[in-house]
Amino acid sequence: MKSNAVLQRRPLVKQVLADADDDLLVVAGLGSPNWDVTEAGDRPLTMPLWGGMGATVGIGLGLALAQPSKRVLVITGDGDMLMSLGSLATLATQQPQNLAVLVLDNEKFGETGNQATHTSPRNNGPTDSGAGADLGLIAKGCGIADAATVREPGELPQLVADLRQAPGPVFRVAKVMVEKLDFVMPPQDGAHLKDRFRRALLDRP
Amino acid sequence: MNAATTADWRDQIFEVLQAHDVRQVCHVPDAGHARLIEHCQRSNAMRTIPLTTEEEGVAIAAGAWLGGQRAVLLMQSSGVGNTINMMGLTKTLRVPFLTLITMRGDWGEFNSWQYPMGQGTPRVLEAMGVLLYPVDKADEVRGTVDAAARSAFDAGQSVAVLLRQKLIGIKDFGSRRR
Repeated sequence: MKSNAVLQRRPLVKQVLADADDDLLVVAGLGSPNWDVTEAGDRPLTMPLWGGMGATVGIGLGLALAQPSKRVLVITGDGDMLMSLGSLATLATQQPQNLAVLVLDNEKFGETGNQATHTSPRNNGPTDSGAGADLGLIAKGCGIADAATVREPGELPQLVADLRQAPGPVFRVAKVMVEKLDFVMPPQDGAHLKDRFRRALLDRP
Repeated sequence: MNAATTADWRDQIFEVLQAHDVRQVCHVPDAGHARLIEHCQRSNAMRTIPLTTEEEGVAIAAGAWLGGQRAVLLMQSSGVGNTINMMGLTKTLRVPFLTLITMRGDWGEFNSWQYPMGQGTPRVLEAMGVLLYPVDKADEVRGTVDAAARSAFDAGQSVAVLLRQKLIGIKDFGSRRR
């Protein structure tokens, strides 16, 4: 059974990051979310991860607490989110008003060959079944009250507004298509990415 | 609290963290760190962040540094194994990292289940390039934590202070044990 998702991740991310200014700090999870945010535009105040699976929400939380006057947006995938479900409960203990999390959920582990993640439906065939795990419900159950799942193109303007402006913590899952897309890669050197981020934000490396 | 007269080493750690402007204190519940955690919870300058698992603290500390704040991770040796993969993040980003570890399975430990991770703690941390600052005398705690904070925040190192069981005292279930 094929996923019936209709949203395309790249135009969605481009819309979410449109007109990003110095008040928007972005942390992108490894793999596809990294390539997605990079296609939207490589910028010093976007921290794209090439590894550290399971760290994305934690990094966003530490950053949001350190910079309460900036909007912090975490963009990651279902695989990374599933690896760090506990971090949603940790995030909820802090209730950062300036933090939003967007999970691009294509129900696949894209980097390893599109194996089913736990958000894939059950009974989806012998090699493609998951648990039907609902990340929006999990986030809500962890104590993030403003958590929801988006599936329709008509919902995108509201999604963008919520991620960019609504009082946090905001948690959104966007059900996106499985697509074969070009790799659009940012610089890889972690120390360089960190230094340029801090220079742009703090004026020091 | 007067720095010159505070005798208890747990209070001294709090003072050192304050002096180094540590603002985010990531922790799991821990008997050895309990008094320090309570100091931090009462501090207006520090935010305490209870974790569901220790590796979250490594990620949060990296995020804090990206945002210009200093963090510390308080944990037991039993949780060190959970953090090892994340230590790669610290090295790759070259961000400072400071952790204070209360040791178990180390000195007269009664619980055999604590020994494997307790005994493995120095070696797995060293394998990930984390500097070890062990301390087992109360009068050396302040200086050790201060030196560790300098190595971390001034020189960008990953540093673990190992608060040895000889210092903390042996956990004893006493009369409740049947």
